[in-house]
Amino acid sequence: MCHKVIGMNKKEDFISLEHVHKNFAGVHALKDLSLSIKKGEIHCLAGENGSGKSTLIKVISGIHVPSEGVIRIGDKILNRLTPKQAIALGVQVIYQDFSLFANLTVAENLALNTNLAQNKKLVSWKKVYQLAREAMDRLQIDIDLKREVGTLPVAQKQLIAIARALMFNARLIIMDEPTTALTGKEVQVLFDIVRQIQKEGISVLFVSHKMREMLEISEKITVIRNGSKVAEGPTTDFDEKLLTYHMTGQEFTDEKYIITTESNETPRLQLGNYCGNGFQNIDLCLHKKEVIGITGLLGSGRTEFAKALFGMQADTTGTLRIDGEPVQLSSITDAIKHGIAYVPEDRLSEGLFLSQSIKRNILATTLDSIGNKFFLDKIILTERATQTVDEIGIKTDNTDNAVNTLSGGNQQKVVLGKWLLTHAKILILNGPTVGVDIGSKSEIHKRIRNIAREGDLAVIMFSDDINELVHNCNRIIIMHKSKFVEEIPASDAEENDINNRLKELA
Amino acid sequence: MPMHRNSQPNIRDFLNRNSNLLQLIAITALIFIVMSALNPAKFLRYYNFDSIAFSFPELGLLSIAMMIAMLTGGIDLSVVGIANFTAILAGKLFQAALVGKDLPPSATLMYVLLGIVIVLVVGTLAGMFNGFLITKVGITPILATMGTGQLFVGLSLVITGGPAIVGFPEMWSMIGNEKILGIAVPCWIFLIIASSIAYILNKTSFGIKLMLIGTNAKAAVYSGIDKNSIILKSYMLTGVLSAITGIIMSGRTNAAKSDYGSSYVLQAVLVAVLAGTNPAGGYGTVFGVFIAVIGLMFLSSGLMIMRFSNFLVDFIWGAFLLLIMVVNYYNNRRQAARK
Repeated sequence: MCHKVIGMNKKEDFISLEHVHKNFAGVHALKDLSLSIKKGEIHCLAGENGSGKSTLIKVISGIHVPSEGVIRIGDKILNRLTPKQAIALGVQVIYQDFSLFANLTVAENLALNTNLAQNKKLVSWKKVYQLAREAMDRLQIDIDLKREVGTLPVAQKQLIAIARALMFNARLIIMDEPTTALTGKEVQVLFDIVRQIQKEGISVLFVSHKMREMLEISEKITVIRNGSKVAEGPTTDFDEKLLTYHMTGQEFTDEKYIITTESNETPRLQLGNYCGNGFQNIDLCLHKKEVIGITGLLGSGRTEFAKALFGMQADTTGTLRIDGEPVQLSSITDAIKHGIAYVPEDRLSEGLFLSQSIKRNILATTLDSIGNKFFLDKIILTERATQTVDEIGIKTDNTDNAVNTLSGGNQQKVVLGKWLLTHAKILILNGPTVGVDIGSKSEIHKRIRNIAREGDLAVIMFSDDINELVHNCNRIIIMHKSKFVEEIPASDAEENDINNRLKELA
Repeated sequence: MPMHRNSQPNIRDFLNRNSNLLQLIAITALIFIVMSALNPAKFLRYYNFDSIAFSFPELGLLSIAMMIAMLTGGIDLSVVGIANFTAILAGKLFQAALVGKDLPPSATLMYVLLGIVIVLVVGTLAGMFNGFLITKVGITPILATMGTGQLFVGLSLVITGGPAIVGFPEMWSMIGNEKILGIAVPCWIFLIIASSIAYILNKTSFGIKLMLIGTNAKAAVYSGIDKNSIILKSYMLTGVLSAITGIIMSGRTNAAKSDYGSSYVLQAVLVAVLAGTNPAGGYGTVFGVFIAVIGLMFLSSGLMIMRFSNFLVDFIWGAFLLLIMVVNYYNNRRQAARK
């Protein structure tokens, strides 16, 4: 590991934090943290959820005042920074929600702040479009200026946020988890833009917990854990394993999930020439204990396929057999009745009842099977919820606590856990660990493999995260333009090969 | 992990989760104390509480109905319309069957029971119509129920031609004016209905599904909950509650009129919110509604005793409701900040 002496290249640094501490009512969120970002450097700040990344961003952007330590920007040494000062010095933060106005047009979003800053009472639309056009040209992107921002896909919103940040004469752009909602191809577009920004001498601080992306884009990585810096150095010094180790403080061993299925046994799920809106001619034979992975680019039809299996497309054709029985899944209720469980893509909007208790979340799928219509026995409810909590390893001491008090990883376990009680036969996971930190991710993977192996479940895992598929699935299927185009058994599956294969398809 | 970890309900947990409720109880107690201190002789009279026991159940039941509609993130603005419409139908029945005829008490009783059945059935159907518009046609609850509310007022006007329908039999007015075991009949009705609703909301899968739908309708659908059927049923329930209110109102005043108690609609909305119901859905308690209604009743009867003008009473009600909401808002924000 290369530990650089801070201050050695001081004249090149755009910003450096020196021995910064931050306390919140007894919580030591940042401990003796030093960090320097050079001009035109792509710097990665890596850390798990809750490691202090957000606090650090807020210190740099002037929202939090450090309890101790100084911030050096150029030749200024500051004990504290106000948000206004930070912006004036060229610090721009692009948050995960982008802070755009969804009901305004692209041009309005881009030009609004400049207009406000000039304190103009009247709007010159010509000027607005001109400003917006310039901002877009700078990034060499082309988005319809008259479109409402709310109707744009996430990736384009992000580009607008970046374009807007550049309009403020930015010297440092901080991107907070910028790739969370992007597909592989969109990530590449983003990276190209980041490199372009870098050429203008602007520094980029890339905050993330996705290892592959950090290793690809950055020149230097700083890893923080529990508010302290645990490693820093040029990116070439790191690999995924080392980065994981520094971020979590533990080592994870990666094994593949390999099982042997008995071919003469009736398959759990059998699809023959299965067609629907977004997918065609799907043939699939899935046995119990199997975990298969399905991946594909955006628009490959995999989401539609996943949802159809959960009864969300009434008019599918072809055959679908569960345990040999032909069934028609025309509603979610049908699907659940036939033993299908579905963990949705977006756990916050589709999976969880955030303000409700853990207990109610877990029992949401099985309320009708507990007791009768007129009475729910509290003791049975608690017993079942507690049993699930223990089985899936949710960290809580009271199932009456609201789900929003849990961490992302534990919340995802709740979404998974609510299907355990339904005695499902087929578990469909759509992005099972999106936005979950590495520690919890590996635990969730372990649970999924256990459920499959011991619960005689057949699991279909839809994911963008090829690494996840390689280490959890006994075979991986690539979907492209509504069809299955390739199947790779676990023994031959290599992350890089599959990624390359996907790039070829793009 | 130990299995018994939450077999023992923890009072502190409960209070933490229901801090708004606790605050509401404290405020109600405070109103009681202040009003008693200002005018002990009149406010603390038995007569005062007796008259509250007769008058609060109407608003109380309507507020519970409103709270139920709000649990799924909806609202029911047709409650008073349904109450009056059903009462007028019963009144019409009695006019046709009883007025000017000298029937034996047993026959009158039969008609009164028939009247009750008609009221309840029509109330259920009216609620079902609301539910149909909301779930099948897809009209926003506030617009759907505002429309049907107007529809019921219109129908009532057509039936009555404007003036109040009178001539309810004595047995009917007993529902609104008698006492059983020293407690007003409307109060009994309220207590029975309120506890049934509390039971339904907490101890049946229907009640829990309502809360889940209100918290996140999409997640509810993804969990296999039949959202539309549950919402339809919830509006049927608010329809029945409105109809029961119609019985109490017509029983108490011995009359039914198309625009009786129209101010109750907004009052019921305010009481429900005051009771801590989340208008966006997912949270609400019958007990909260009960305390909120009682608090408001103490406030208005206290003001009446002090001979405040009616207009001023309305003003103070409004100010009071705003005050509670502001306090709640700051309280919740402070709690959120602590998290």
